[in-house]
Amino acid sequence: MPNMSLKKNEMPVQDANVRNKNFQEVALGYTEEQALDEAERCLNCKNKPCVSGCPVAIDIPAFIAKIREKDFEGAYQVIAKSSSLPAVCGRVCPQETQCESKCVRGIKGEPVAIGRLERFVADWHNAHSIEAASVPAKNGHKCAIIGAGPSGLTCAGDLAKMGYDVTVFEALHLAGGVLVYGIPEFRLPKSIVQHEVNNLKELGVKVETNVVIGRTIEVDELFEQGFEAIFIGSGAGLPRFMNIPGENLKGVYSANEFLTRVNLMKAYKEGSDTPIKKNTSVAVVGGGNVAMDAARCAKRLGAENVYIVYRRGEEEMPARNEEIEHAKEEGIIFKTLNNPVEILGNEHKFVTGMKCVEMELGEPDASGRRRPVEKPDSEFVLDVDCVVMSIGTSPNPLIRNTTKGLDTNKHGCFIADDNGQTSREGVFAGGDAVTGAATVILAMGAGKTAAKAMDEYIKSKS
Amino acid sequence: MYKIVKKQVLNPTVTLMEVEAPLIANKAEPGQFIILRVNEDGERIPLTVADFDREKGTVTIIFQIVGATTELLNHLNEGEYIHDFVGPLGVASHTEGLKKVAVVGGGVGCAIAYPIAKKLHNNGCEVHSIVGFRNKDLVILENEFNTVSNVMKIMTDDGSHGTKGLVTDALKELIEAGNKYDEVIAIGPLIMMKFVCKLTKEYNIKTVVSMNPIMIDGTGMCGGCRLTVGGKTKFACVDGPDFDGHLVDFDEAMERGTMYKEFETKKREEVCNLFKGVH
Repeated sequence: MPNMSLKKNEMPVQDANVRNKNFQEVALGYTEEQALDEAERCLNCKNKPCVSGCPVAIDIPAFIAKIREKDFEGAYQVIAKSSSLPAVCGRVCPQETQCESKCVRGIKGEPVAIGRLERFVADWHNAHSIEAASVPAKNGHKCAIIGAGPSGLTCAGDLAKMGYDVTVFEALHLAGGVLVYGIPEFRLPKSIVQHEVNNLKELGVKVETNVVIGRTIEVDELFEQGFEAIFIGSGAGLPRFMNIPGENLKGVYSANEFLTRVNLMKAYKEGSDTPIKKNTSVAVVGGGNVAMDAARCAKRLGAENVYIVYRRGEEEMPARNEEIEHAKEEGIIFKTLNNPVEILGNEHKFVTGMKCVEMELGEPDASGRRRPVEKPDSEFVLDVDCVVMSIGTSPNPLIRNTTKGLDTNKHGCFIADDNGQTSREGVFAGGDAVTGAATVILAMGAGKTAAKAMDEYIKSKS
Repeated sequence: MYKIVKKQVLNPTVTLMEVEAPLIANKAEPGQFIILRVNEDGERIPLTVADFDREKGTVTIIFQIVGATTELLNHLNEGEYIHDFVGPLGVASHTEGLKKVAVVGGGVGCAIAYPIAKKLHNNGCEVHSIVGFRNKDLVILENEFNTVSNVMKIMTDDGSHGTKGLVTDALKELIEAGNKYDEVIAIGPLIMMKFVCKLTKEYNIKTVVSMNPIMIDGTGMCGGCRLTVGGKTKFACVDGPDFDGHLVDFDEAMERGTMYKEFETKKREEVCNLFKGVH
């Protein structure tokens, strides 16, 4: 008899007033009892609606069934067939709009906590499994992956499992892409990313850090070196700014810079070689997950007041509800329907405030969201000494500018078909480099699709 | 890990290192830079490529010991390794078609100016080099510049070597003497580049400067290296580091460069204390 409770098992978390002062993981993960209890809520539907909501099509009812049997390693193996990074996805996927949104239990009550169960299984595996991954037999073909972020790592993992000789080229000194420079430690511990990268290395994937494709090596040279197919997963790229006065004052960061200093360069640690400005009041401009991450980091770095400044309403915020809730619990102040118009500074050019106007929502715009319109005479100054701009990115130009025959759209994103095929034979692309800023799991889905297409492409040639 | 194959002290505060980095050596061009980390927890700092040897597979960097990281780097010796070394980054200096150029270098900026002067010289361009230092003890690359220059002016603030005065004095003199330059290339402290540009603007001579703002990734991701050029935001790592000097907002760049001054001073003291008595 399934567990008919209308509510999910709650995720144990660090207390909000404790966690907003440390960088340890917020969500602590299910205990075995909680996982078993939650697994009992799955009805094991024949038509598996949840699977259709998963960008990498994990056989969700099958892995949950294994949990019920207490075969946690078996559950992991089910997930591993479809996902290369389960411990990551269990933490950062927006399950509420994907698998869990299709769950029958969600019609009346809350859906099964699929994401939390996935995390439980992946963590169990990482803590208990001693079995070395079996290295697949090599098929003698070489593939190159550009960028060791979610799409690249997924693509690499899938190709390695098919027997390809895979090399991943990463521009930074560490593999992981946004998982290491962007998503903070308290949401995704870096040891987990490292573990997943090590798993890939055990499969025979080579990771070359400190190689910037388009500079150190060009795409055409990769072909000359014998790589038969190439996947570009170079990520989002240059930060956007609002083009308002004062954006180059000292104390204005892009979210990318702020988060990179904190996460990749460990500026939050006492004694770090990489500096970050100590702030009293921080305004983070934007309403996405990245903005929430930046705000929560700022709070943990010791700022007394941290504001999310967003020109639309909370309803329109693209961030996950869970992230918004966590941010609020930690004391982040939401200033929605406010838009910055100028950043103010002192004679030493340090930030002293941000001039904003109040907004109201008008008619829906092209995105379907109601367009924010400025309220007359509503100007006010927010007293802050740091501003973090988290309003998106535009694609990195390095590969585009050094590779012939690779078409891009008007935004500069690579044009790729549903299989990740670009305008150039043998070159595939996916993730933010194609879609513009999106989610980890969508990038992983694209990496997965491209791996399949690359396999077909190479087979068709040989 | 990247092996240091040669270390040479150029003056008490400036060191040269030749580093084994075949992939970078294969691609590097004058004007480009690398990013390095001395050790596993180190910060990423950009340094301009001073020279490269494609056959040996080495890249030469010349750095001034100004902060904690350069202090740490300076404590590494031949045969030891730099943890991370990535590049070549940035757009190479434009040298095509130039027939007569004044290359102006200031202090450690001469290390960046030299490979450009050399490339111009090898392309058959007439090179007038003006290099400035505070005093004779700080002079670097004098012979190197001499070999690739048709006219060579050395300036020092105190007159202890060459002519007493600023690089702008020498440049003005050369221009006034009737030299018609296709371009002036100025590389050095921001304040020097600002005044070179002010001068060349009066004579309407195109002037290129090499900017060296604070950077993290250096690959077009963080946006920390942004500058205002002609009223627009530009990123030194992917759009530069060379820019039209007449369009650069130097005052803003100078302010931005001081962002972490306090932290850097403190950090350097820590590192210096660490090495006290250790040699």
